[in-house]
Amino acid sequence: MIFSFDLLTEALLFGVLLGCFYAAVSIGLSVSFGLLDVPNVAHPALMVLGSYCTFLLAERGLDPILAGVALMPVFFVLGVLIYRFYYESFEKRGTEAGVRGLAFFFGVAFIVEIGLILFFGVDQRSVAAAYIGSSWSLGDYRIPYRMLVAFGVALVLTFGLTVYLSKTFTGRAIKAVAQDEPALRLMGANPVRIKQWAFGIATAVSALAGAMLIIVSPVEPAMDRLYIGRTFCVVVLAGLGSMTGTLAAGLILGIAESIVLMFLGASWAPAVAFGLLLIVLGVRPQGLFGR
Amino acid sequence: MKYWASIAALFVLALTVALAPTNDYFFYAAFVVLQFVVLATAWNILGGYAGYVNFGAGAFFAIGAYTATVLFKWLGAPLAVQIAAGAAVSGLLGFGTGLLTLRLRGIFFAIATVAVTFVLETLMINWRYVGGATGLQLVRPAVMPPFESYTRMLFVVMAILALVSVCVARYVQDSWIGRGLRAIRDSEEAAECSGVPTLKLKLFACTVSGALMGAAGAPMPMYLAFIEPASSFSLNYSVSALAMPMIGGTAHWAGPVIGALLLASIQQIVTVTISSEINVLIIGVLLVLFVVAAPDGVLGLFRRWLRSSK
Repeated sequence: MIFSFDLLTEALLFGVLLGCFYAAVSIGLSVSFGLLDVPNVAHPALMVLGSYCTFLLAERGLDPILAGVALMPVFFVLGVLIYRFYYESFEKRGTEAGVRGLAFFFGVAFIVEIGLILFFGVDQRSVAAAYIGSSWSLGDYRIPYRMLVAFGVALVLTFGLTVYLSKTFTGRAIKAVAQDEPALRLMGANPVRIKQWAFGIATAVSALAGAMLIIVSPVEPAMDRLYIGRTFCVVVLAGLGSMTGTLAAGLILGIAESIVLMFLGASWAPAVAFGLLLIVLGVRPQGLFGR
Repeated sequence: MKYWASIAALFVLALTVALAPTNDYFFYAAFVVLQFVVLATAWNILGGYAGYVNFGAGAFFAIGAYTATVLFKWLGAPLAVQIAAGAAVSGLLGFGTGLLTLRLRGIFFAIATVAVTFVLETLMINWRYVGGATGLQLVRPAVMPPFESYTRMLFVVMAILALVSVCVARYVQDSWIGRGLRAIRDSEEAAECSGVPTLKLKLFACTVSGALMGAAGAPMPMYLAFIEPASSFSLNYSVSALAMPMIGGTAHWAGPVIGALLLASIQQIVTVTISSEINVLIIGVLLVLFVVAAPDGVLGLFRRWLRSSK
C-alpha cells in the first residue's frame, strides 16, 4: 500500500464527486422505499433499463442528459403502472404482502436484467458526448468532466426533490402519506393516488439516474446487482426517506469507496457498499438522520 | 411408519439407479436437480414458515463449497467431512446474519443477505489460497468401489442430502417450532405477546436453513472438479432458491420439493436445448406469475382443484 497526502486528497476529491452521483442514483429509492415503504429492489434494474434507453436515444444523436430528461415522462408512467399493479396484487390484499411483494420485485428485477441481456447481449455499452473522455485540470489534479456533469445533475436532482417534497402541496402530501396513512385517509385524501404519483416520480428520477450511470461508466445488464448494495446502503444510512440525509450518506459511501479503490485496489471496491450496509444495519438501523 | 418406509424406498431407488448401467449425463443433470431440492427446502424453513426472505442463498451455498475446498486442499478431507464442515460454517453464517438483522423488519433481512453475498464474494476473490478470481482446479480422489464414476457417487450423496433436508423440514413443520414460526409469519407482535420466543426461533430457523444450504454447496467443488467465485456466488442460486418454494407452495414441506423438481428439470432441459439466459428468464417470469396469480403455489392450485371437483 502506497500512502501519500496527494493520493488521499485526490481520493477525497473523487469521492465527493462519486458520492453525489451515488446520492442521485439513490434518491428515487429514497422516495419509493424510504417514504412509501415499497420494497423496491427493482429500482437499480429500472435504472439500468434507463441507461439502455439512453443508449438507444444517444445512438440517434441525442445528448445523453437530454435523453435522460426525455425518458422521464415515459418512466413516470411505467412507475405508476408498476405501483398500481403492486397495489392491486399485494397491498390491497394485506396479509403476507411482505414476502410476496419482495419476491415480486426481485422477479421484476430479474426479468428486466435478463430481458436486457437477450436484447443487447452481455457486452458493455457506452455513450459519446463532448464531456465524456476529456478532463479538467485543476492544479495537479485531473477531474473528468463526466464526473462533474453527474455531480451537477445530482445536486440539481437532490435539491429539486427536497424543495418539491417540503414546499409544494403534492410533495407535502407524499410526506404525509409516509407519516400517517390512516390520518390522511380521514382527511379525505386518497393515499393510493398519492403513492402512485410518488412512485411515478421515483421511477422518473431513476431514468435520469440511468442516463448519468451510462455517462459515468459503461453499463452492462448485470450492473443492477451491484447497485442494489449502493442504493440501499445510501438509503438506509441516510435514515429512510430523508433527502438531505441521502446526499450526506451518498458522500460517505463515495468517499469510503474512493479511498478503498485508491489504497486497496478495485477488487475490494464492491464490498464497500455492502459492508457499510451490514454495519449500519447492525449498529444503527435507523440511519444517521433517521426519525 | 409409511413415511419412513417411503424415505427408505427412495434411498434404495437412488442407489439402484446409480448402480444400473445408464447414461452418465443423467447423473450430471439429476445431481443439479437434487441440489435445488435441498436449496429450496432449506430456503422454505425460514422463508416459507417464518416469512423472512433470504435472498442470499448463493452465499450460503458458496460458503459450503469453499469450506469443502479449503478442507480438501489443506487436509485432503473426505467428502463426508467436507459436507459436515460446509454445513457447520454456513449454519454459523446464518446465525450471524440472523443475529445482525432479525430484530429488524423482513426487508432488511433480505437486503442484508444480498450484502452478505457480495461481501463474501469479494473476500473469496481476494483470497489467493482458494484461487482468487480465476478459481482453483481440484483433482478428485479415486472413486469408491460400488460406484462406476464419481458423479454417480455424488448423485447418491445428494439424494441422501435431499432426503435428510426433507426430513428436517417435515420435523420442523410438524413440531412446536413450526407452529411458532408460523405464528411469527402471521404476526410477530402477537406471537411475542403469546410467549413465543420469536428471536430464538428465528435464529434457529436461520441456522438450520443456512446449514442445509451449505451442505448442498459442499459437494459442488468435487462435482465440477473446479471452484470459482462468480459462479459459486451466482444470484441465480438465490433466485432459484426463492422461486422454487414460492412456485411449489410455501406452506407445506412438499411445496419446495415439487417446485424444485419441476423448475430444475425445466431448467436442465432448457439450458441444454435453448440457452441459459432463457432458463433464468423462465424462473423470473414464473416467480412473478405465481406470486401474483397463485400465491399458494402449485400445492394451493392442487388443493383448490381437489375441493372444486368434490
